Amino acid sequence: MKTDNLISAIAADNARPVIRQGQIWALATGAAVLVAAATFFATLGPRPDIAAAATTVHFLFKFVVTIAFAGSALLVLDRLARPGADGPRSLRWLGLAPALLAIGIGVELLLQPTAQWQMLAEGKNSLVCLTYIPLIGLGPLGLLILGLRRGAPTRPGLAGVVAGLVAGGIAASFYAAHCTDDSPLFVATWYTLAVAMLGAAGGIAGRLFARW
Amino acid sequence: MSTDHETRLAGLLRAALDGDEACYADFLRSVAQLVRIMARRKLAAAGSAEPEDVVQETLLAIHLKRHTWRPGSPVMPWIHAMARYKIIDVHRRRGRRVEIDIEEFANVLEAESHETVSARDVGKALAGLAEGQRSVVAAISVEGRSISETARKLGMKETAVRVALHRGLAAIAARFGRPET
Repeated sequence: MKTDNLISAIAADNARPVIRQGQIWALATGAAVLVAAATFFATLGPRPDIAAAATTVHFLFKFVVTIAFAGSALLVLDRLARPGADGPRSLRWLGLAPALLAIGIGVELLLQPTAQWQMLAEGKNSLVCLTYIPLIGLGPLGLLILGLRRGAPTRPGLAGVVAGLVAGGIAASFYAAHCTDDSPLFVATWYTLAVAMLGAAGGIAGRLFARW
Repeated sequence: MSTDHETRLAGLLRAALDGDEACYADFLRSVAQLVRIMARRKLAAAGSAEPEDVVQETLLAIHLKRHTWRPGSPVMPWIHAMARYKIIDVHRRRGRRVEIDIEEFANVLEAESHETVSARDVGKALAGLAEGQRSVVAAISVEGRSISETARKLGMKETAVRVALHRGLAAIAARFGRPET
């Protein structure tokens, strides 16, 4: 076929309304949050003393970290889905939440006696955390990969990992309402591990499903 | 050099996204020319593949992914990244590696180039389409008919022609991702 002929066909296909990638992300993340919420309330639900917990800095700080992480990862994901948008360079935004967490850890270490550190990091809920963050994040990951398929990631594997991190950030934001281990030491240990599992799953999914 | 191209192409694509078919065809012809020179150089060096195949694959990709361009952001890096991805993809399918940097893309803009050989892959993919989609795509591309002429000729509704055209182009683009037989 001649290229000019192909161009005629493509130009004639222009009349259809185009759904912008930004709208696709709005839909995908909206649905992802709903699915995560449904999974969370169907399985774990919030901790019984949530009203009292919500008055403590420790409890609230968990959400600062997880929501900042989900939000910054979403910005990176958007860049990675657009060719030529400097995606890899935007990866540094992923450092925002870990930096916040590092400050939290610093304060925690100053306030808590050394003897407590190990106990605070180990917590009581590590297995619940490692089970439920990936579980709550699985549906959101699927939705974000669908959104990524509509995009044009020139590095599908990397974009998939970041989709997994967004899903992990969303899942962690719900899980944090259940968990009674509020120390930044616990968050840095177990949340990180759980979110990394979703990142790895996302990397595989990206390679498999986000090529174009 | 590139600011002229940048402004002109961004303007054309913006108009195209607002539904202007003539601007869209203009935009695609310019993109074809840019990608052709880039692909010819790259593929000649590696001694493989028909550059025109890459041009057509890139045009289809740009069409199906045009919603990933954010109006207001530079359009040249977007086109370049898209073409680069498709050229590397062709090499990967043929088991080779290739490196492309943006400098070369910029130099390419100075030159003029015309299509010499028509591509085989899109033609092959077209032949493999389901009957309904194939007749619509062929009428509009090869025979150069408009949507309404095609609808009359095939006895279809215009909306059905549009749907068949869109699905046909998407199916042709999807075929490239598969290993060669």
